[in-house]
Amino acid sequence: MIRDDELELLLNDVLDRYGYDFMNYSRASLKRRVNRLLTIDKFPSFAELRYRLLSQPDYIKRFVEELTVNVTEMFRDPAFYQTLRTTILPTLTAKPFIRIWHAGCSTGEEVFSMAIMLREMGLLHKSLLYATDLSPGVLETARAGIFPLAPMKQNSENYRLSGGTQDFSEYYTAQYGYVKFDASLASRMVFSTHNLVSDGSFNEFDLIMCRNVMIYFDKPLQERVLILFDNSLGPLGYLVLGTKETIRFSPMQGRYRQIDSEKIWRKIAD
Amino acid sequence: MAENSGLNPKTVVVIGGSTGSIDVLLQLLPALPNPLTFAMVVVIHRKNTSDSALANLLAVRTHVPVQEVEDKDVLTAGTIYLAPADYHLLLEKDGTFTLDYSGKVHYSRPSIDVTFESVADVYGSGVTGILLSGANADGTAGLQAISQAGGTTIVQHPDTAQVAYMPQQAIQNVQIDHILTAPEIIQFLNSSPDVLIR
Repeated sequence: MIRDDELELLLNDVLDRYGYDFMNYSRASLKRRVNRLLTIDKFPSFAELRYRLLSQPDYIKRFVEELTVNVTEMFRDPAFYQTLRTTILPTLTAKPFIRIWHAGCSTGEEVFSMAIMLREMGLLHKSLLYATDLSPGVLETARAGIFPLAPMKQNSENYRLSGGTQDFSEYYTAQYGYVKFDASLASRMVFSTHNLVSDGSFNEFDLIMCRNVMIYFDKPLQERVLILFDNSLGPLGYLVLGTKETIRFSPMQGRYRQIDSEKIWRKIAD
Repeated sequence: MAENSGLNPKTVVVIGGSTGSIDVLLQLLPALPNPLTFAMVVVIHRKNTSDSALANLLAVRTHVPVQEVEDKDVLTAGTIYLAPADYHLLLEKDGTFTLDYSGKVHYSRPSIDVTFESVADVYGSGVTGILLSGANADGTAGLQAISQAGGTTIVQHPDTAQVAYMPQQAIQNVQIDHILTAPEIIQFLNSSPDVLIR
């Protein structure tokens, strides 16, 4: 187990040397991640990890990938996706162009879920899905659209529970334990690195999805990121958070209306 | 060991369990002292549905408020906190909870180990860990962390557990302070709050 002061030392290193700012991340969660990294990469001590990080610039990519949580699945929380399908997306059909931002998209499972729903609603051709993450490693996976086969049973079940009526396996081809999703789904996606801590607004969106990303941020950072989202949402745009997250304590909440009991808020005033 | 003099509440009781543990909880809850001078954190393995059925089930059995944790909730004495389905539950040094969606531990999310280790890191000797019935080795490493931090370790007596594996694993691998039946756990929780601090 690393000590609190060692963790702070490491966070200072990655900020000073590589410009990754984890200072406002949850310490309890980071500590677990670093301890996990010590074990899986077989570092005999904290000092060895620190030395590797400072002496081998290549290692930072892996470090960032392992420090951030990249567990995700398709159509996670089917009831939420059902609301998206039946209540939210229909309000966007009249738009000539739909812009969606998946902030902290990880390996891309949610982006592909969204593309599948848009396709089924006949909206994908006029949509653009911006998928961003701070970790270049996970974006490579997302961009390739190649995922392990094993979780597809669960994904398929989620898809069905979310109101999907097609044969889910039609959306991918399976080979050697992996599946590759239909390239036409990815044709409406733009992948890019973006760090919610340090990067600004880059477009105006109709819908921003950021589920289970801000749970790793402290309150001041959450507040800053909510302002970034507010600045990036067009009139009547939607902000979507994870099932245990809220904007309730933010000053911006007065200008947003929550949709049903889901963690979806609509911007009702600028 | 954590310095817990500035923490409020002074003591935390963390309870973990899997198969067969809900029945024990339903016995414990009505018999809790009123008001509760400590905070209680409960981690129970269950299906990853996000509904709050378990919180509701527990809440009707006690006068103590039961709260399924949301992002950034603050640990306060007199409340029972329930780890939500499909998230790990961690505690920060300032007493706020962090939810974490990283990989499963012992096939479980929430994992008992994750919460026990995290609370031990913050509360040190101010934590009492109680491990109940279950068919899984989760909780053993957590009780180890509590023991090393100077806290108190309790397991349900395996003979009284619906599934003995979970408490047995802990007994085989960790120096356990008390091996208790459900009525004895109730008695322990109702004893003077000083008992909860070693």
